[in-house]
Amino acid sequence: MTRRVRLLVMAVGGTGLAALLVAACFDLPRFGGDQHPYGDRVVRASLARHTANTIASVNFDQRAFDTLGEMSILFASVLGTVVLLRQTRDEHRAAPEPEQVALPVRRYALLVLPVAVLTGLYVIAHGQLSPGGGFQGGVVVATALHLLYLGADYRALERIRPVGSYEVADALAASAYLVLGLAGLVAGTAFLADFLPYGTFNTLSSGGTVPLLNAAIGMEVACAVVVLLANFLDQAVEIEKEGET
Amino acid sequence: MDDPLIVVALLLVAGSATAAVAVRDPARQALVLAVLGTVLAVLFTVLQAPDVALSQLAVGSALTPLLIMLSVRKVRRPKRREETER
Repeated sequence: MTRRVRLLVMAVGGTGLAALLVAACFDLPRFGGDQHPYGDRVVRASLARHTANTIASVNFDQRAFDTLGEMSILFASVLGTVVLLRQTRDEHRAAPEPEQVALPVRRYALLVLPVAVLTGLYVIAHGQLSPGGGFQGGVVVATALHLLYLGADYRALERIRPVGSYEVADALAASAYLVLGLAGLVAGTAFLADFLPYGTFNTLSSGGTVPLLNAAIGMEVACAVVVLLANFLDQAVEIEKEGET
Repeated sequence: MDDPLIVVALLLVAGSATAAVAVRDPARQALVLAVLGTVLAVLFTVLQAPDVALSQLAVGSALTPLLIMLSVRKVRRPKRREETER
């Protein structure tokens, strides 16, 4: 296939796709309309299962299988990062020198750190009740821990962040999600089915398996982000190529 | 589209997104990207999608700029070392 034929094939495909997209756009519902057929059905289903946050009900009950896929994507990409950013044979670790931190930065970071971690844990725990959930809370907790790098130094961060155990916890949380899905297969009707009692509406334990799956995702995301940032930080701060020092 | 709040949020997103493209220094780009993430979170909140807004706030305005900054530091480090040696 010559370059010209290839371009021609791409032009034909591209034109077709563009025409279909434009045609589809004309059939879209208007911006900000008051008719939401899917929204109405989803809200009805989530209220029937005593889950106050409809998004959590979609993520961890009605479309829990989608979330399994998303979790696997994150898990696989972090795994890929760990492999790519590993210390190779021609690199060595140089201990980073402790640096002076400006006093206001130190104060602010150490003041915000506990607040941010608590906020993240709150967002995870209330995933089935209020906006947020495992993913959002997990990212907040993981990034909040890195305020210690700003407020103190790299060694303080490394002390509270043994990467190995976070990697194990990441894998455990991912398997917990799978095990909960299989439990649905055994105790209920289908893989990832909501088999637990739904509980009282708008309490922490409501929603059956939703809070459990949410917690598993929260742990998975927090650990995955910590491992991801740890590998980036290692490369940026510690690992050096031979002959560069 | 009649809500002025939505129009303002959309304009802010367009402005900061253009700025993120116009800034050429990667380290500064990361900062502008953080601003863009925050503005996008505001837009999602105005459009009544607080779940998406929270994700955007956590990932777009904290995690992604941080990863970019760390990558920039890694890429630039050897060069800076040579300069200090000279």
